[in-house]
Amino acid sequence: MILALVEHDKGVVNPLALGMLNFAKSLAAEQNCALEAVLVGEEARSIASTLGAFGVTKVHMALHDGFDDYSPEAWAQAFLSKAETGGAKFVLSIGTDRGNEVMAHVAARTNQSMVANIISYSDAEMTRLRWGGSLLEESTLADEMKLMTVAPHTFPTEEEGSAVEVTIEDYSPEIAEKDFRVKISKRIVPEADGVSLTDAEVVISGGRGVGSEAGFSVLEDLASTIGGAVGCSRAVTSLGWRPHSDQVGQTGTRVAAELYIACGISGAAQHMAGCKGSKNLLAINTDPDAPILQNATYAVIGDLHDVLPAINAEIKKVTG
Amino acid sequence: MNILVCIKRVPATGAKMLLTEDEQAIDTKSLGFTFSPHEECAVEEAVKIVEEHGGDTTVLTLGPDAAKEQLQYAMSMGMKNAVLLETEDTADWDPKNTADAILASIQEQQAEGKTFDMLFFGNEAADTGGYQVGIRIAHALDWPCVAGIKQLDIEEGKAIAYRETGNGKEVFEVMLPAVFTMKEGINYPRYPSVPGRLRAKKKEIARSTPQQVDVSFKKVKLKTPVEVKQEVQILGEGAAAAPKVVEMMQELGVVR
Repeated sequence: MILALVEHDKGVVNPLALGMLNFAKSLAAEQNCALEAVLVGEEARSIASTLGAFGVTKVHMALHDGFDDYSPEAWAQAFLSKAETGGAKFVLSIGTDRGNEVMAHVAARTNQSMVANIISYSDAEMTRLRWGGSLLEESTLADEMKLMTVAPHTFPTEEEGSAVEVTIEDYSPEIAEKDFRVKISKRIVPEADGVSLTDAEVVISGGRGVGSEAGFSVLEDLASTIGGAVGCSRAVTSLGWRPHSDQVGQTGTRVAAELYIACGISGAAQHMAGCKGSKNLLAINTDPDAPILQNATYAVIGDLHDVLPAINAEIKKVTG
Repeated sequence: MNILVCIKRVPATGAKMLLTEDEQAIDTKSLGFTFSPHEECAVEEAVKIVEEHGGDTTVLTLGPDAAKEQLQYAMSMGMKNAVLLETEDTADWDPKNTADAILASIQEQQAEGKTFDMLFFGNEAADTGGYQVGIRIAHALDWPCVAGIKQLDIEEGKAIAYRETGNGKEVFEVMLPAVFTMKEGINYPRYPSVPGRLRAKKKEIARSTPQQVDVSFKKVKLKTPVEVKQEVQILGEGAAAAPKVVEMMQELGVVR
């Protein structure tokens, strides 16, 4: 049996976790075994019946008074107890902050290895991401119960093929009081208007080539016209031109936009790790030999301070 | 407030990563070394907290003799003590062995009378990206761990840690001692002065040799991702390219 943790926040499924399920579904077919899922907390109940579309035949609802908000150790214990009683061969979650965190707690509790961010598995051999995806590693894992997280933005998050029938079973795992010692006690929701980097359809990012803090106004203008978000490279946050929360990269935010516009960005591996999940990349650069062009779908050779206002004006003209 | 910060020596890579002939590692012939931005921020956070609250700071790494460079850099940022768990340069240490080695060192230091209130790690190693060493150590010590934090406030005997999500912040309150894994952006690391760097070179580094045991997880080899090579489509030069760009945006459906 494959047991997958389906990540959610207050009952809202993380769409990236559905990519993990699509991977798990094909693994289940290859291994000729069932795919079952764990949802933690009553709030997640409405998700359960939707998982049949992803090949999940049984959903285990973990219920406990303490599951009213995210708590990594308690989630890990709930997930682990079902994996153990069910004799799971593969224990999977999505390689997000929470998914990796919960799996690391499961690994610590069982004193087993955990393999983070795999992109394939076949015959006990797997491929996983290193350097935020700039390099790949082939490795093997001999454990009877394999603990792995699946790299986000790797498998489609839409349902594929026909749905199977899902049965839903509640269970009440035994959770020690201290497993709730780390738990969300409060949430701070920003008043910010506008779309976030991770949700934006279009991300317009600037690098050192923007030239100054003030230079970002042309990026902001275009973003406000098309409802996009503004990002930047690590060089820019190091220079203090933009806050770190705008940084796209291996140690910043990972974005998966429909269109990523890289303005005056050279294309270091650190940056590419953050934007390679995007479907299309438009590079705007004065240097036709900039490494970013190797990874770009489209390019405009020129100064972003000329090109962006022209694009902005053209959009306003076209859309009236 | 006594804080231990764990860092990892990694190559300072640029745009392209080349592998050694045996495909076991990055070819570092023409590369310098560094430690990850997450960990640099963890060092800064420790130094800042001790400047404010008093206490002691120790930086620890598991790596070859050459990793003293990274320990010295951390000391030039203000870390007071350094520990090197010295290994051979060649093989990778898997996360489980790494955690066990660091734990053994912590317990050794505790046996010598040292106490720690907090352990800091980067959220994940820059190279291997395992996302687990800090959590494993927290579990072994039976301390709480808040992972991937971007703000840390210290109050009497407890800490308030903040995680960023796509749309806001999650707040966690934990009692000390505790483990925190950090993300870049929690602070802006200081740039050490030249005299500071010279002084750091003279500081002593405590050394020990960690033990590695056989684990079920084995690296076979590394490879470069196969890029689905598409020829980049040049839409034009300068402002004159705008109509073609907008046409493309309409085709993608992002301009309607």
